[in-house]
Amino acid sequence: MGRKLRVDPIACAGHGVCAELLPELISLDEWGYPILADGPVPQRLERLARRAVTDCPALALRLVREKPAPGRTG
Amino acid sequence: MTSPAALAHPRFSLTEPLPVPAPGAGPAQLPRLLPRHGAVPVRLTDHLRAYGPVPYRGRSGHLIREAAAAGLTGRGGAAFPVHRKLAAVAGAPEPVVIGNGAEGEPASNKDKSLLWISPHLVLDGLQLAAEAVGSLTIGLYVHRNPRLLRHLQVALAERVDARADRAPVELIEAPSRFLAGEASSLASVVTGGAALPRLKDPRLSERGVAGRPTLVQNVETLAHLALIARYGAGWFRAVGTSAEPGSMLTTLYQASGRADVTEAALGTPLADLLSLAGAGAVLVGGYHGAWLATPEAAGLRLSNATLRPAGAFVGAGVLAALPAGRCGLAETARVVRYLALESAGQCGPCFNGLPRMAAALSVLALPEGPRAARRGMGGRWPDRAAARADLERWTGLVEGRGACHHPDGTARLVRSALRVFAAEAGLHCRGQCTGTEARPFLPLPPEPAIDAADWS
Ligand SMILES: Cc1cc2nc3c(=O)[nH]c(=O)nc-3n(C[C@H](O)[C@H](O)[C@H](O)COP(=O)(O)O)c2cc1C
Ligand code: SF4
Ligand code: SF4
Repeated sequence: MGRKLRVDPIACAGHGVCAELLPELISLDEWGYPILADGPVPQRLERLARRAVTDCPALALRLVREKPAPGRTG
Repeated sequence: MTSPAALAHPRFSLTEPLPVPAPGAGPAQLPRLLPRHGAVPVRLTDHLRAYGPVPYRGRSGHLIREAAAAGLTGRGGAAFPVHRKLAAVAGAPEPVVIGNGAEGEPASNKDKSLLWISPHLVLDGLQLAAEAVGSLTIGLYVHRNPRLLRHLQVALAERVDARADRAPVELIEAPSRFLAGEASSLASVVTGGAALPRLKDPRLSERGVAGRPTLVQNVETLAHLALIARYGAGWFRAVGTSAEPGSMLTTLYQASGRADVTEAALGTPLADLLSLAGAGAVLVGGYHGAWLATPEAAGLRLSNATLRPAGAFVGAGVLAALPAGRCGLAETARVVRYLALESAGQCGPCFNGLPRMAAALSVLALPEGPRAARRGMGGRWPDRAAARADLERWTGLVEGRGACHHPDGTARLVRSALRVFAAEAGLHCRGQCTGTEARPFLPLPPEPAIDAADWS
């Protein structure tokens, strides 16, 4: 099953390290917070994605199984 | 107990007959939740005379099937099927059940009215929900208001004397903040923390109050549940639409300035609830809701099925007819400024995006002034076209990127304002404004006075 990147927006401090490591899947918005590509992480990028997860200084980044996405409920 | 997996299935089929209510039982017409006669609180003796004792089921699964058959959805804003939430917590170890009466939305008055007038319907519903999921830990989380709290203490004491409740109910005061009623924020307050939302991973049904599986239902949802337990799913479905059955409490703001709480069947034409003559635009679903142009609203109903294509939702039932002559952009700017200040400031896109959206809206809300005024601002006059473009971009940028839905709801309101008040925004760019009345219309809590003490 595909894995997806997810950011915990509360923990994320906008360091931007993740976007430097994995520009293919992560860009930064105009305030420096990450915008993650939708969809599963392609196999060729999985190693880098795991690296981004471990290198995030705030431990805000995670790889999760694509389904079921733990929803935010209203 | 019926397996939660089966219950979680949306197209739930009944495997056992439901208890059939006595024919003719239950009020045939609306209102169901608030008695017809005025705003006099219903005491326990009157409540018992009208409805009888709490119809405990003796088994945990029963009421879940009845809620499923009734098609009851949450009345706190998200319209989530109640039976699925009950089933998710039923059978979990030591679950907690909390009635959500925070009503943090400043324009909404329906939960306070319900708790004031018909507290025992809510308290019956709390006991029944607790029985349905097998919980002995019950809380009622209510809007901070000393009179309301005292009133509920009296109602609870009446029930203790009458031995109406199987488990005691703890009253918890909700901070007077917009986010206080958000379910994870509620769980934090009830646990003894601050009114801050968290990411719903794990879900509250797994780890909520004090780390225990937690069910949170809006107080109005609980009152409907108490009636469904008595009169059955068929009775509940006698009003409303087949996809969105039953009734809901609404807080209505008429263009005339009148405001009241009215119970309405789902599917009621908006034009039957608001008098649209004299309305410049209609706000549906409160401050996380959407503006509609008046002619558009005239063709729509109080149901998500008809509102969704127009970008709106019934939400918690706040409907407002903005009087013609008031500037919708100015109203939206005030509300978004409030929403930005209420952001818990935990998530980058929310604490950066919301204040910027508020500032850009206040630029758009101000008509282009004469050269003299521009000079007064050091020659720089804010660029309305740029503000508009920024707003379009930011609404997309904040959406789905917070731990809670606060940015999403705010973006929905802003986007609808840009659409519905596009012509007005164009006029403002040319120094014109159709507004004739600058007095604010939509209710907001008073701003805290800023004095020296705030800075020390
Ligand atoms: C920002 C925000 C504020 C909320 N405020 C309230 C509230 O004041 N009262 C309430 O019942 N639900 C509120 N909710 C919804 C709750 O999170 C939750 O969905 C609801 O209480 C569940 O009850 P229901 O399913 O019976 O509607 C809010 C949600 C959000 C995102
Ligand atoms: S590295 Fe971590 S903290 Fe920094 S922007 Fe990326 S997710 Fe956020
Ligand atoms: S999205 Fe906004 S309001 Fe919600 S938790 Fe994050 S910062 Fe707070």
